Amino acid sequence: MTEGIEVEHLEVGDDGPRPPRAAVGSHRIQEEMFGRVFDRNVINRIWAFVQPYNSQMVIAVVAVLIFTGSQLVIPLIIRYAIDNGMASGAGDYGVLGWSVMLFCLAILVNYAASYVQEVVVGKAAENVLFDIRRAMFAHLQRVSLGFMDKTEVGRLMSRLQGDVNSMQEFLETSVLSVGDIVLLIGIVVAMLWLDFRLGLLTLSVMPVLLFVRIIWLPRARVAFMAAHEANSVTNGALAEAIHGVRAVQGMDRQHVNFTLYDDKANANLRAHLRAAKFAQVMVPIVDSLTGVAMAVVIVVGGTMVLNADLEVGVMVAFLFYIQRFFDPIRSLTMQYSVMQRAMASGQRLIEVLDVNVDVEDAPNATVLGRDMDGSVELRDVTFGYNPGQPVLRKVDFKVEPGETVALVGPTGSGKSSVMALIHRFYDVQEGQVLVGGHDVRQLTQDSLGQQVAMVLQEPYLFTGTVFENIRYNKATASLEDVIKAAKAVGAHDFIAALDDGYETQLGERGGNLSLGQRQLISFARALVADAKILVLDEATANVDSNTELLIQKALIMLLEGRTGLVIAHRLATIRGADKIVVLQNGEIVETGSHSELMAGGGLYSKLYNLNYASFDDIPDEATIASPEART
Amino acid sequence: MAAAGRGRGLGVLVRITRMALRHPWQVGFAFVSAVIAAILQLMIPRLLGSAVDQTQTVLAAGARHQDATAALWATALALLGVSVCRGIFTMLQNYFGEAVGHHVGYQLRLACYDKIQRLSFSYHDTIHSGDLITVGMLDLEGVRMFFSTAVVRALLLSVLIGVGAYMLLSTDVTMGLAALSFVPFVAWRSSVTRLRLRATWLKLQERLSVLSRVMEENLGGIRVVRAFAAHAFELAKFQKASQNALGLAHDRVDIRVTNTSMMTFSFFAAMGLVLWIGGSKVIAGEMTVGGLASFLTFMMILQMPVRQLGLMVNAFARASTCGTRLFELLDKEVTIRDAANAKEIEISDGVLRFENVDFAYSRTVNRPALKNISFEACRGETVGIVGPPGSGKTTIAHLIPRFYDVSGGRITLDGQDLRHVTLVSLRRAVAVVQQDAFLFTTTIENNIAYGDPWAKEARIERASESAQLHNYVLDLPAGYTTVVGERGVTLSGGQRQRLSIARTLMLEPTVMIFDDSTAAIDSATEQRIRAEMRQYFASRVTIIVAHRLSSLMHANQILFVENGEIVERGSHDELLARGGRYKALHDLQLPPGEEISPLVPEAKR
Ligand SMILES: Nc1ncnc2c1ncn2[C@@H]1O[C@H](COP(=O)(O)OP(=O)(O)OP(=O)(O)O)[C@@H](O)[C@H]1O
Ligand SMILES: Nc1ncnc2c1ncn2[C@@H]1O[C@H](COP(=O)(O)OP(=O)(O)OP(=O)(O)O)[C@@H](O)[C@H]1O
Ligand SMILES: [Mg+2]
Ligand SMILES: [Mg+2]
Repeated sequence: MTEGIEVEHLEVGDDGPRPPRAAVGSHRIQEEMFGRVFDRNVINRIWAFVQPYNSQMVIAVVAVLIFTGSQLVIPLIIRYAIDNGMASGAGDYGVLGWSVMLFCLAILVNYAASYVQEVVVGKAAENVLFDIRRAMFAHLQRVSLGFMDKTEVGRLMSRLQGDVNSMQEFLETSVLSVGDIVLLIGIVVAMLWLDFRLGLLTLSVMPVLLFVRIIWLPRARVAFMAAHEANSVTNGALAEAIHGVRAVQGMDRQHVNFTLYDDKANANLRAHLRAAKFAQVMVPIVDSLTGVAMAVVIVVGGTMVLNADLEVGVMVAFLFYIQRFFDPIRSLTMQYSVMQRAMASGQRLIEVLDVNVDVEDAPNATVLGRDMDGSVELRDVTFGYNPGQPVLRKVDFKVEPGETVALVGPTGSGKSSVMALIHRFYDVQEGQVLVGGHDVRQLTQDSLGQQVAMVLQEPYLFTGTVFENIRYNKATASLEDVIKAAKAVGAHDFIAALDDGYETQLGERGGNLSLGQRQLISFARALVADAKILVLDEATANVDSNTELLIQKALIMLLEGRTGLVIAHRLATIRGADKIVVLQNGEIVETGSHSELMAGGGLYSKLYNLNYASFDDIPDEATIASPEART
Repeated sequence: MAAAGRGRGLGVLVRITRMALRHPWQVGFAFVSAVIAAILQLMIPRLLGSAVDQTQTVLAAGARHQDATAALWATALALLGVSVCRGIFTMLQNYFGEAVGHHVGYQLRLACYDKIQRLSFSYHDTIHSGDLITVGMLDLEGVRMFFSTAVVRALLLSVLIGVGAYMLLSTDVTMGLAALSFVPFVAWRSSVTRLRLRATWLKLQERLSVLSRVMEENLGGIRVVRAFAAHAFELAKFQKASQNALGLAHDRVDIRVTNTSMMTFSFFAAMGLVLWIGGSKVIAGEMTVGGLASFLTFMMILQMPVRQLGLMVNAFARASTCGTRLFELLDKEVTIRDAANAKEIEISDGVLRFENVDFAYSRTVNRPALKNISFEACRGETVGIVGPPGSGKTTIAHLIPRFYDVSGGRITLDGQDLRHVTLVSLRRAVAVVQQDAFLFTTTIENNIAYGDPWAKEARIERASESAQLHNYVLDLPAGYTTVVGERGVTLSGGQRQRLSIARTLMLEPTVMIFDDSTAAIDSATEQRIRAEMRQYFASRVTIIVAHRLSSLMHANQILFVENGEIVERGSHDELLARGGRYKALHDLQLPPGEEISPLVPEAKR
């Protein structure tokens, strides 16, 4: 990846050099995924999604066959009408009448079959598409956060939408291409049947076509994939501009970004023009071959007619067939690129479906009931996000039922990571985490989630009303419960002052509220969850001390009989705790109640006495041990 | 939605066409090629018909064999030539048609990107980013395809049918009318279907964007979903949105298929009519078999375009819905932009003044966020702002770089009203560390250099050192080239804030604003950051918003904001002496009761 950056550094556009340390669009590992046209694994997996619609598929294929049959029959009827109805000099109205009747029948069948086929296929394809999407979405609900941390939402979204859509295109066209293939075979058979020699002669242009295709294919494939890739790169850059627009404007990067985006859009344009060239170059080739075939029929067939070896109707039918013959070839050529795209997309879909679920319920996992004692314990836990880089080392502490424990320490010391482990967002590398006396790996994640409520450091709200956000998934919570929670965190007043009170619609990520207000709502959401254990990760960092005091008072009541884990930088938040765990650089340096720690005369008391207005106001000498802090 | 209807839909199409016409050469090539290809295609039935006739005349009149063979050869060669040329011109038509589309697409992309970047915060507040992405990706695609799938195809079809009609009618009026009898029906169906498809499309787009919003927010907030064990709830939400969209998607398939199969049927019916009438005429001796064959071949040739007519209608409907949405974005007025006679800002003393500033967010006009805010600060001074959540601190911070425009009063920098200077120079003069900072999914290095991508490595490291980030970065295996996850997920809360401080330190503004940007940083680290920046602060106006009083107690002036109004102001000591709200807040942040005593003298310093 580093090479990628270097290359970008040196890029010089027509209008001057590009800044060395700038790019638009995320840093992504190039997706070198040249889909094979036929990937058995992909087909099998996708096929599993088609299975439920087997009966529809059978109907569709039958309809396609009937449709194709009627297409084939139409020239035959015309031939019959010409040869038997008019050509022989003595016209026969009876035969003509019959032919026209037959013709009407054929087109009625054609109409019905094409309607049935397209409706059934179209709807089934939509269904399959939605099913695949649901399966992916459901799977993403289970994959571990370690994966989600590394994967951009936009990337996943492009799979959930773009790739699923190209799968749909494929499914819709694949039934049609069954028709194309049948039509092709049918025409070949019909021509050979009508006149074997002339048929064979006409078909002799086929090897030429095959040869051209073999040369064309690999090059065209590269061009098609490049265009696809260029599209997703440009779209990624656009998405970034949309999400980060406030930062872009704040740092006045519009001009640089526009230039960089222009480069990408331009590359995209070129890639598409190139792909279009490749796609179109086949057209004159196929048309020329059609011309050759028709010329052959005219010269050879015409001579045969002149020699009375051939009926003129047969010749007309041949000419019809030749024109129809190249249509399926043309659409199969088109189909080819659709198929290739679909295989690449299918590959990406399957990748999502196959993402490893590291954190999974054990086979005989216990359900953590409401009656558990609410204790939390970390036993010699060692944990790191990347192997070999432990973030927590031998962390060992216990929170007794009903206790409130504070976790303090400088930034980056691993406090949030401890919280994540209690909720089993990640699995520990060594040691174990126990909640209610059970190892979290032996509990169902659902029941654990219901018993541990969290206020995350980063408040995240959903589009929807305030009420929906606070209630979230606690379907049993009434408006009163919601208001009670909002009052407890001091959010009720401002919510009531909003235009529609609790029914006010929130913008994306709660954007029409201030950050502190968002934090309060996310706090209220955790209270409504009514869990035995409450985990507060800097839940009041963006809130003033007055409001915090209110919350503290309310919490004393709310935490009755519950276990609390609190991370905070402010002294007031920590004061009430039964026990304080001091974390530094991933290790516990001290544990004890406020008075114990004070009496012990250790680091905490030193810090405390030096402290002016908040716990963390530590002069330099006190924090030399922290690598984060050394200067 | 349906009322958005006809007129506007057409206006959009005209506009797209006009955009395409800005590439006159390519459009010309595409059109000329399309016409030539269509005419060549129309010659094919003629030639085939004459070939058939050549065989028939021999049989009938007993002309010389060689003549007939020679005639056959001539026809065959002509046919070959026509086919080759037709292929070449079809290729040119397709290629240039697509090229025009791609060029239009390219310009639209740039226009979209530029617009999105320039549209002010108040616009972005009201629109969901997912919807914008849809406009910039899918709608743009729909518009791009318009030229090749709709305009060129429409031309091709009109030429085919028009010239064909002329040829047929001039050969034989009755037969010609029979052959063309499907045209009025198809035209009527097309216009009806276009409108219905457009209506369905608009609704479907809406439901699909709800669906993608559900997915996107779920993935973006996956930690919340996990924390509340809410996957069943989220799946239900997804299912509902999904079913909603699916129902409509089915309707759309119905409309489309009904239309195409009806069109094809009407076409075939016309062909049956030709067979019947033509057959009768041949029997009656009014027509040759070849003549009939050429009529039928002509219809065969039309079969493909008629099937494509359905696609064309689809493309028209799609382009007009997509275009409506896309142009709505492109036509959006940028509310925050340079005034007509805007000048570069000139900085002399670096005095920032708020004069009776009022402000209300556009969505809540009746509930002003700021009322009558006035204060002044000059170079080297620091202003601290405190206040409860939602009191308007961030709002004040966002008015200075003109992310929003004031509703009343004015803000000046060195006497120049911010609305009368150029935006670029203003944004260069004012830097904000935003409360909810957005980090880019790129390397730490690129993130720090975001505001100054030409910066040398040494400067980046210096900024990072000042923000107390350097040592952390050095401990990472990949150092400054480590890619931070989306929005910085792989960093701790404090690391994210330090990174956003570091990137702001790369700028050289006159006014520097820290909007609650140290909330997740412990005070020890914060103090060190402040010590590092003492020099930096000396040459500019600094505004610090914070809840922790230790962060701003050293400010020259502290504003206590409540409900959008300044309720107390003064230095730390003055405010403490006043014994008001600030004092109360201060006391809350002190150790309780007896432990206060040793600290009191220091506090009163
Ligand atoms: N998802 C992640 N992937 C990789 N590394 C991570 C991830 N989350 C945190 N880290 C790293 O782990 C370390 C500890 O982070 P953690 O969030 O636990 O700190 P913290 O004590 O909560 O700090 P703060 O007070 O700043 O929030 C940091 O160095 C951080 O960069
Ligand atoms: N984009 C917006 N659209 C509409 N209203 C908004 C928007 N942003 C903020 N508000 C409202 O304006 C008021 C002031 O918000 P502001 O963000 O300035 O508060 P703040 O003082 O920064 O609070 P905090 O301490 O929580 O960050 C609040 O009532 C808030 O709900
Ligand atoms: Mg944290
Ligand atoms: Mg704020």
